[in-house]
Amino acid sequence: MLKGFFHNQVALGLAQAGAAAMAAFIVVLLARRRDIHLESEAAVAMVRGLVQIIAVGAVLVLLLRGPRWTGGFVLAAMIVAAGATSARRAKGIPGAFRVSAYAIACGAGSVIALMTWLGVLDSAITALVPVGSMLIANAMNTNGLALNRFRADVLAHAGEVETALALGAGPRESVAPYVQSSFEASLIPAVDSLRSLGIVWIPGLMAGMLLSGANPTYAAMYQFVTLAMIFAASGLTSLVSTMLVRTQAFTASEQLLLRPAEAGNKKR
Amino acid sequence: MLPAKLRRDNDHVSSPPPPTESILITEHLTRSVGDRAIVNDVSVQVRAGEVLGVVGPSGSGKSSFLRLLNRLDEPTSGTVLFRGFDYRQIAPRELRRQIGMVTQRAFLFAGTISENLNFGPRQRGETLSSPRCEQLLARVGLTGYAERDVANLSGGEAQRVSIARALANSPAVLLLDEPTSALDEDAKGEVEALLREIIRDRNLTCVIVTHDMAQAARFAGRLLLLEGGRVRKLGTVQEVLHA
Repeated sequence: MLKGFFHNQVALGLAQAGAAAMAAFIVVLLARRRDIHLESEAAVAMVRGLVQIIAVGAVLVLLLRGPRWTGGFVLAAMIVAAGATSARRAKGIPGAFRVSAYAIACGAGSVIALMTWLGVLDSAITALVPVGSMLIANAMNTNGLALNRFRADVLAHAGEVETALALGAGPRESVAPYVQSSFEASLIPAVDSLRSLGIVWIPGLMAGMLLSGANPTYAAMYQFVTLAMIFAASGLTSLVSTMLVRTQAFTASEQLLLRPAEAGNKKR
Repeated sequence: MLPAKLRRDNDHVSSPPPPTESILITEHLTRSVGDRAIVNDVSVQVRAGEVLGVVGPSGSGKSSFLRLLNRLDEPTSGTVLFRGFDYRQIAPRELRRQIGMVTQRAFLFAGTISENLNFGPRQRGETLSSPRCEQLLARVGLTGYAERDVANLSGGEAQRVSIARALANSPAVLLLDEPTSALDEDAKGEVEALLREIIRDRNLTCVIVTHDMAQAARFAGRLLLLEGGRVRKLGTVQEVLHA
C-alpha cells in the first residue's frame, strides 16, 4: 500500500519505518495498560536505533566504494566491537574483552580468511563485508552465550570447583565440566539453524538472491554454505573462548575468583 | 633446602627452615575484603598430631581463617609456614594435596564413589588400587560401595565419601570446616565418631572449625577463639571455655 503513495525510496523507507514504529507503539500502549511503563525507554531506543543504522549505512556506502583493503579494516573494527559487546555477558571474569576479541578474531576471522582464499567468499568489499559481518555477529552471539553460561555454571558450582582445587586439581581440571556444558549450550542456536533450514525459516540471503534472479538451486546451496560457515565460525569461536576463559576465573595462585559473594570483584 | 616434592620450579631457597615441631604456623595472618579485615593478625602454631579447634560466633572469621591455611584464599598480609617453609614457596596443588579439607557439604563429583576417591590421585597421574579403595571405604564404614553412584547416597554417606576422598590423598594435615553441621542428628553423631577415630588412629594433625563448643571440646586439645577476625583466646579447652 505504501508503495502506491511513495515513489522516492528514502521517503518510502521513512514511511515504512513509521509503520513499524507504530506497531511497536501499540505494544507500548498494551504494556501500559498492564502498568508496565516502557514509553520513554522504547522511544529512546527506537530513535537511537534509527539514527545509528542510518549513520552506519552512510559510512558503509563510503567504505564500500573504497579499495579492497578497507573490507579488512571494516571487519577488524566489527570484531573489536563484537568483543566489547560479548564481554558484557561475562561480568566478573577478568580479561573478558580480551578473551572475546581473541576468540571472535580466531573463529570468525580465520573462517572468513580461509573461505576468501578458497574463493567461497568473494573478496569484493560489497560481498565480503555483508557476509563477513554475518559470521562475526553469529560468533559474537555464540561467544556471549558461552561466557554467560560458563559464568553462571561456575558461580552455581563454586563449592564443587573449590573442592576439586582442595584435592590438588588445577584450574583446568576444576572447571572442565562447566567448560564442556558452556561449549555445548553456546552452539545450540547454530545447530538449530542448520537443522531447521528451509523448514522453519528461509534466510534473508537466499530470499534476496531469489528476488534478484539467481538460480534457485545455487541460491539454496549458497545459503547452506553461509550457514555452514556461520557454524564453523561460531564453533571455533566458542572453542577458543571456553579454552581461554577457563583460567581467567582463577588467580595466579589457583584461587577461584568467581564466587557468589565475590562475583563482580575483578581483583582480590 | 626445600624437599623436592614441595619445591616449585625455579624456586631457590637459600636458608634452611627454622627448627620447629610445629607443622603449621600462621604468622600475623590477615585477610581483608574491601575495607574489612575478616581475619586479622592471627598467629598460632599447630604441632604435628595436634587437633586445634577454631571456635567463635557466626561471622567471626573461622571458615575464612581455615581457607587461608590451604591457600584457597590469599592472605592480604602475614603468611603460613608449612613444615617450616613459607607456603608461597610451595606449588598450590602440592600444598593442597598435603593439607586436605572436608567441608560442611560433601560436594561429590558426578559418577561413582570409586571415581570420587580417585579424583585426587588422578591429578598426579596415579590410580588407587582396588584394595586401597576398599580399605578407604571400609575405614569410613562403606565397604562394598565402590561402584555405587553418588546420586543415591544419604547425607551421612556422602560426607563419609568426602572424608575418604580427602584421605585418598594421604594428607599430612586435615582441615575440617563444620563437617557435621549439615547432617541430621543420627548422621552427625556417626560422622563425628568416625572422624575422631580416624584422627586418633592416624595421629592426624587437624584443624577443625565448629560453632558447637561441645563438639570442639570433644575433638580438640587446644582451642582458638576468634571474634571479629581477631584472636580472642588461645589455649587448652579448659582455659578457653572455662576461663
